[in-house]
Amino acid sequence: MTILQEDVQMRPLGDAALVIQLGNGIDEEIHKKVKYMMNLFEKHPFEGYIETVPAYNSLTVYYNPVEVYFSNRNTKKEIPYAVVQRIVQELLSKSYSTQSIKERVVKIPVVYGDDMGPDLEYVAAYHGLTPSEVIQIHSSADYLVYMIGFAPGFPFMGGMDNRIATPRKDTPRLKIPTGSVGIAGAQTGIYPLETPGGWQIIGRTPLRLFLPEQSPPSLLQPGDRIRFTPISVEEYQNIWEVRSTWE
Amino acid sequence: MGVKVLQPGLLATIQDIGRHGVQKFGVIVGGAMDSISLRIANLLVGNLHDEGALEVTLFGTSLFFESDELIAITGGNLQPTIDGKEAPMWRPLLVQKGSILKFHAAVSGCRAYVSFSGGIQVPTVMKSKSTYLRAAIGGFEGRQLQKNDLFECGKRTELGDELFQQLKNEENYFSWSVNYTSFVKFTKTKTIRMIQGSEYTRFTEESLLKLLTTPYMITTHADRMGYRLEGEEIQLKEPFELLSEGVTYGTIQVPSNGQPIILMADRQTTGGYPKIGQIISADLPSLAQMQATDIVHFQEVTLEEAQMALIQQEKELNALAFGLHIKRFQHQ
Repeated sequence: MTILQEDVQMRPLGDAALVIQLGNGIDEEIHKKVKYMMNLFEKHPFEGYIETVPAYNSLTVYYNPVEVYFSNRNTKKEIPYAVVQRIVQELLSKSYSTQSIKERVVKIPVVYGDDMGPDLEYVAAYHGLTPSEVIQIHSSADYLVYMIGFAPGFPFMGGMDNRIATPRKDTPRLKIPTGSVGIAGAQTGIYPLETPGGWQIIGRTPLRLFLPEQSPPSLLQPGDRIRFTPISVEEYQNIWEVRSTWE
Repeated sequence: MGVKVLQPGLLATIQDIGRHGVQKFGVIVGGAMDSISLRIANLLVGNLHDEGALEVTLFGTSLFFESDELIAITGGNLQPTIDGKEAPMWRPLLVQKGSILKFHAAVSGCRAYVSFSGGIQVPTVMKSKSTYLRAAIGGFEGRQLQKNDLFECGKRTELGDELFQQLKNEENYFSWSVNYTSFVKFTKTKTIRMIQGSEYTRFTEESLLKLLTTPYMITTHADRMGYRLEGEEIQLKEPFELLSEGVTYGTIQVPSNGQPIILMADRQTTGGYPKIGQIISADLPSLAQMQATDIVHFQEVTLEEAQMALIQQEKELNALAFGLHIKRFQHQ
């Protein structure tokens, strides 16, 4: 199987990046292609390659135009964009298998409600559910991490049950503590840093999502599956002290 | 030994050419806003071009030298003085132990770069010395410089050491300086070149015409993350939902209020606003030297012109680096 070239569109993001569009919408099959392409670039970086950034249905390839221009691959002295475009096409012609992509499952312990999840009651009332029903729904699904963005280690996840989808708060909070687990529309997310924000906060995890001193610097990676596990405040405090990564 | 901060000024941070390779984890690139001035400053003191240096913003920063150091000051002219006397820019400079380097106020541009021969000794985080303020990592303890901070410089390279010795025997600085005019411009009104953004064709013809023919003013909401502009309103033909995807330095986004935002060095890794244009890399240093109330005129160029302009700029930088090595023989 190959990724069909006609399903792929390329466009420049300025003069030092190229976007590979691999479909439309939020879809696990498209995500697999994005992740597959990302792995290909990481295994076969070209001269002048800097990095890739995966998104829901596209992969952005950042490159150094000067290095690409003077690289061995550019004997005809084409413009760097044309050279990178050619490299992408070569990679696309390779056979495509998603079987080799390992999927990690990461358990995220969460204290739901009370001080750590001040909006749990609101979310429950909004849907005519009890707080424990919201917890049960939120913690029984598997979530796919499509991409990391907005803040270091912040996962954009799909797979939340529509029964608990809740609009953002009208007035954002000025400070949302690190580790807060929230809902905004049909999305759920975890705040890696203390920041202002308008998400409905239903709980908090003691795990650190952003690990600047480690490699990779993020607990979560694109393609991970996440499952939230309800814990007590005591367990939260124990983990906080140990700060193990619970994989 | 080292350099002590007497006054931090408005904002002084340690920056290099950015933190690359970790954007997929949501870690921003950051780095010097005007990377060309940073790289030239490094070359002038014999450093590798991508070494960490000090980015000083607008005014007020003052440093006390506890040891003799070879430095260079490039970028915007913030009226630097050494012990009250004008400090010449764009050339290697010996600052003697006990001296005070002070930045008064910007007369052109808004960011000055101070390189130290041997580099500023701070730990690298994810292979970079750039300060990432929001995540509080990199640079000097992950933050802007504060009063009484003390940093040391690393071991000078062979070239750095030769320049250091020469200046010890002369008058602290050379008579020559770098001609920077082809790298970065410091006027308050500038033509900035852009290429089409991913959603260019989704804006009305009238909006595109406005963007390319009318002036846009940089507002006071202009910092290392982004510049908000003010001018004729820009509208989409029809609203549409865009999923978050990769953005980069110089991406021109237009939120629903119709006023463009240009993403700068500390931009987030991904964004979801429609992208009307993209500033060409060769013009980013000049844009980075602009501040509130300055005026931008956008000019559209092709991708080829953009890439060739950058390659030309890099060739000139190489020639400059080469020239510095030649000069060192002339002085002997």
